[in-house]
Amino acid sequence: MKLGRKFSLIAVLMMVGIGLTACGSNQSKSGNKNNSSKSNISAALVTDVGGVDDKSFNQSGWEGLEKWGKKNGLKKGVNGYNYAQSNSDADFAPNINKLIQAKYKTIFGTGYKLVSAIKNAAKANPKTNFVIIDDVIKANNVASVTFKDNEAAFLAGVAAAETTKTKKVGFIGGQRGLVIDRFEAGYRQGVAAVDKSIKVDVKYADSFAKPDVGQALAKAMFNNDEDIIYQASGGTGSGVFSAAKNEIKKKKVWVIGVDRDQEDEGNYSGGNLTLTSTLKGVGTVVEKMATSVQKNKFPGGKVSTYGLKEKGVDLTKGHLNSDALKAVENYRKQIIDGKIKVVERPSQLK
Amino acid sequence: MRIKKVRLGGISVPLISIFLGLVVGAIIMLLSGFNPLINYLNLFSGALGTPNAIGEVFRSATPLILTALGFSIANSAGFFNVGLSGQALAGWLASVWFALAFPHLPGFILLPGSIIMGALAGAFWSGIAGFLRAYFGTSEVITTIMLNYISLYGTNAIVKGVLTSSDADSTPLVPIQARLRTPFLEKLTGNSTFHWGIVISFFMVFVIWWLMKKTTLGFEIRSVGMNEDAARYAGMSTKKTIISSMLLSGALAGLGGAMEGLGNFQNIFVNTSLPDIGFDGMSVSLLATGNPIGIIFSALLFGILKIGGLNISISSNTPSEIVNIVIASVIFFVGANYIIQYLISKMKISHKSAKLISNSTKGGHK
Repeated sequence: MKLGRKFSLIAVLMMVGIGLTACGSNQSKSGNKNNSSKSNISAALVTDVGGVDDKSFNQSGWEGLEKWGKKNGLKKGVNGYNYAQSNSDADFAPNINKLIQAKYKTIFGTGYKLVSAIKNAAKANPKTNFVIIDDVIKANNVASVTFKDNEAAFLAGVAAAETTKTKKVGFIGGQRGLVIDRFEAGYRQGVAAVDKSIKVDVKYADSFAKPDVGQALAKAMFNNDEDIIYQASGGTGSGVFSAAKNEIKKKKVWVIGVDRDQEDEGNYSGGNLTLTSTLKGVGTVVEKMATSVQKNKFPGGKVSTYGLKEKGVDLTKGHLNSDALKAVENYRKQIIDGKIKVVERPSQLK
Repeated sequence: MRIKKVRLGGISVPLISIFLGLVVGAIIMLLSGFNPLINYLNLFSGALGTPNAIGEVFRSATPLILTALGFSIANSAGFFNVGLSGQALAGWLASVWFALAFPHLPGFILLPGSIIMGALAGAFWSGIAGFLRAYFGTSEVITTIMLNYISLYGTNAIVKGVLTSSDADSTPLVPIQARLRTPFLEKLTGNSTFHWGIVISFFMVFVIWWLMKKTTLGFEIRSVGMNEDAARYAGMSTKKTIISSMLLSGALAGLGGAMEGLGNFQNIFVNTSLPDIGFDGMSVSLLATGNPIGIIFSALLFGILKIGGLNISISSNTPSEIVNIVIASVIFFVGANYIIQYLISKMKISHKSAKLISNSTKGGHK
């Protein structure tokens, strides 16, 4: 008897499910029929595993694309602008192919991890435009964009060195590799430029999507009396912020944000703990590239490099005091003028 | 700790699981304001609509078939091999390493050599757990879980420290003659990542079916799974059987990893987490109730969900998080088919016992 009742419950649930499904189909069929007949300028972005809500690299790219789409009266979806989220590295190639089949004209790959997937797709689809960010692919239909992250990271190092009280600062990277190497090297060089006696503690989370590891690393750093952490770890960085928000109840600590202005991430009941953020103009570049396709001026086959000089990377004013700001401005000038050369690899540091 | 062996059952249980999963997914989509019917249509057209999509579905099913076979063998012997992903990773590493180490060997030696190295590495990795289980009675669940982590971080260290230079986090591609992806297949499937590994998978399905049903070893494995003590009493070497079932299980998982290394990615990189093919392989095997032919179909179902799922958020406004929840709930019901099995069997038992009771009371009155 009892079991019979359970079964009838399941049966009822199923029927409700089917009924609801049927209702649903009647409601919203209109939303899917907006085929614009204008020339195809649609663009889409394939994220790495961080996702478009990583508060950092991918999100910055997506915000740029959204801005461009809205400016041109496009809608999110096919024939407009969209993104494809990759849940694992195995999703890169299928995601790109699905976007090509959905006839997106320009496809952005945010992150060096997509390099081989984009390379293959570009070879097989010469009529589609591709943009790879943070790496270089030599093909006529691929525009490569790299950033001099090390220059902005240098300024972050200067800011940290000017602000620290404990003479100990931390660096939390995502995954060791050519890109994060630039952040680490620039930061360490910047700190050393101000004061050689300041210790920089470098730790890696080995992932761009593990906030729990970020939190654990940051907590250990704060316990070790390091009062400023620069995080270059994508989605992992949100854990660094939550660790700092716990720590700030006890003592003054700061986090330096990465890739986009992470001021919002640093809000807590007593103020804000985001000292400053290094900016990486992923969004601006995405916007620029999408516009260039519109004007038939897509820079396929070219490599564009953005540094402090080109305003592709920058450091926000944030909560820096006037001395720190002065120092940052001073070094910024020296880098732009070429008086200081910022290294790209930690191994090149003296 | 011993986890109860899964009984082989009919086709109704998996079908009900899939259906329930889809219904729950539909409810979730409705509650969040998205149209389940259009989304499911997008899912299936995204998985089966073009040659490219079909190629991707088969590609993602290829390693799953192998890891699922691996799980089913250990399960027949009464072991819960949770270490498939670690063993697959070991196989992935070994196959790529071998291919990169001997780039000048001709293809007919290099390709089989790499594949066999993958299988051996997987077998070695699970063999550790099998050995500990056979001689010391150590729980294979705990040892394989821990071996997974050793495999993950060990592989990452080798990729960064040995196979690549200067801080790169992925190796170069394996030599052309060691690749399972060929221009012919790419042309056939509209530039998908489909590769020849599917032939190996199908072949192994046949081999395992034959092994389990027609050979002494298969009989011994099944006997040990049913009752270890009885098997020993009947004169079988249970230690040998335990170890060989774990070795076979790991070899198949290692083959699955080699498919990723030589087929899908053609290289190895620093993984941030254990490859999905291990845990998905367990679900595939459970859904197919360990039946080798059923494994092919359930692996294809997983491929359809994974590849088609990507299409939902590309062709509609449904965010990928919702899609992931839907896919996960389908897989949840698939994995939880124990519940359905349990309910069905309970129903049968209560039927029988009711009869028995009514019979005995009748008898008592006489």
